Amino acid sequence: MKDTSTAQPKPKPRRKTKKLREQGRREFLRSTALLVGMVGASLAGLIPLIGQANARLRPPGALKDRLDEQEFLSACIKCGQCVQVCPVEAIKLADITDGVGIGVPYIEARDQACDFSCDGLQCVLACPTGALTHDIDYPAETRMGFARLARPGRCLAVRGQPFKGAARGTDHPGLLRFEAVDRWNPIPLAEHPFDLPLCDLCVRLCPIEIRIAQCDAGTPPSGDPNQCPPLHAIRMQPMPTGRGTIPVVEDGCVGCGVCEMVCPAEPAAIVVDIHRSADFQ
Amino acid sequence: MSYFVDSLRQLAGLKPVKPAPEQIPIPIQLIYKEKRKTPLTREALRAAEDGHARSPSRHKWRNRRWITLIVVNLLFVVSYVLDVQLVEGALTASRVIGFHLADLNSALQVTLAYKHIVINLLIGTLTVLVLWILLGGRTFCSWVCPYHLVAEWAESLHLWLAKRGWAIDIQLHRSVRAVFYVIFALLALLTGYTVFETISPTGILSRALIYGPGLALLWILALLAFEVLLSRRAWCRYVCPIGITYGLVGVVSPLRVQYNMQSCHHEGDCRKICMVPHVLDVTIRGRATGLTTDIGADCTRCGLCVDICPTSSLSFKFKGLEKAL
Repeated sequence: MKDTSTAQPKPKPRRKTKKLREQGRREFLRSTALLVGMVGASLAGLIPLIGQANARLRPPGALKDRLDEQEFLSACIKCGQCVQVCPVEAIKLADITDGVGIGVPYIEARDQACDFSCDGLQCVLACPTGALTHDIDYPAETRMGFARLARPGRCLAVRGQPFKGAARGTDHPGLLRFEAVDRWNPIPLAEHPFDLPLCDLCVRLCPIEIRIAQCDAGTPPSGDPNQCPPLHAIRMQPMPTGRGTIPVVEDGCVGCGVCEMVCPAEPAAIVVDIHRSADFQ
Repeated sequence: MSYFVDSLRQLAGLKPVKPAPEQIPIPIQLIYKEKRKTPLTREALRAAEDGHARSPSRHKWRNRRWITLIVVNLLFVVSYVLDVQLVEGALTASRVIGFHLADLNSALQVTLAYKHIVINLLIGTLTVLVLWILLGGRTFCSWVCPYHLVAEWAESLHLWLAKRGWAIDIQLHRSVRAVFYVIFALLALLTGYTVFETISPTGILSRALIYGPGLALLWILALLAFEVLLSRRAWCRYVCPIGITYGLVGVVSPLRVQYNMQSCHHEGDCRKICMVPHVLDVTIRGRATGLTTDIGADCTRCGLCVDICPTSSLSFKFKGLEKAL
């Protein structure tokens, strides 16, 4: 029994060896091709890093070492919990065009800026990995970017012009919280028209300036004195010509992007630079 | 002990070991001998298969699984769309009624790339680890992963096309998945970026369902096209490191599919339908070394084999539970 079973198959494998070896060789080559292809595809995800092509305005607390977002991109688990908690839905997730930044949160300030209407930095609290660092507790501690008057010629204040109507027109979907209207729920910017003798929307609606005003009035947000920002973020300075004023960004600016969102000029006169912050210029 | 070794060998993509005749205990040999005396005729097999095909429970586990998979993924979608905060986040990491959960493979990639142990992530990872130890490890693949479901439908299309000669099934060496696993771990460690997440269809599909579609879905379509036309279930079989991570969890899981060799016809219906047919090699005549054998950890516990087996020789078992009850 045993003899036949061991003796009989012997000539068989010998006939098959060449074919089997050829099969094995092909299998190895195909497997290697798949390996190279897939690893190549995944490595293509590193391409958008070249020249910071995927650099974006990130949510509050995003780990950042000057321009380098490496820690932030690696710590982010791409779950979008920050997206879900944001009351003004400012946070979006990047697509595959961002390579390894796929599924990583960002903010398009002109469309919808972070207005800190959650007060408690809900996105930071929601982040399971600390990619949005848990080291910060208050809006004034964030360093998202730094505002800059990029197009002074278009600025209504600089030109000494008034502003009347909805800041971005009546069809802009952006949300902002106006405490006088509703303490808890942000409302569409389009539903809150202004009538200003001289445009000062960027200063008037700056979340940091609003907080400073509240603190000066003895009513800090949530009754918590820690919410009070230590430094001013933006102020209006009279133009030397006498007509009009110019918005000047100060060291308290956190780069939330509200000024860029509400600026009635098209394109916005004031923008947020993502490669600068109050800590480094 | 051999269950662990066999499971690890399966996950590494090594060929199943054929037991030498003397390794098969006498009683088992006698059963095989008995079966050989009354060989299964084609008619008898067809009768058994037809009888089974008429049984109302022939898609029992598949239906349960599809419902579970769809419900789990819908919970994420509904929680966000209706803002009920039941399951926040996506499959990569989430919070269920406020409690952190993290996908084991995503957590591993982040930890390797970021090189910090994050406490919330650790809590979430351990919770999920315990959950999948209880539920079977790769159960994640077939019962939760949204890509598994679309790939399963694509597989039906592949089989339909292949029958007509319009698609081929290029078979690769299964060890390539283990090589991928090591490479993706090294890439995360060396580059400091979660490189695998860029191409992970599980993360892409989960986010697309919850946060809306994007260009990343083109990558999913490319993968599916490859699987439909060139290689059956290629991503799950040969690439996905998530499968290995959960497979390793499954090695110590008590929830397994159990094979009973006594009633088996050895006709191989189960291996034809299985995504990881090598785990069912024990159903080949002469391979079983015991009356019952637990199917190894590379098994996704999808239950297709349990459904299709005309003799009910395969069934779900929770090890130790039958003794406790």
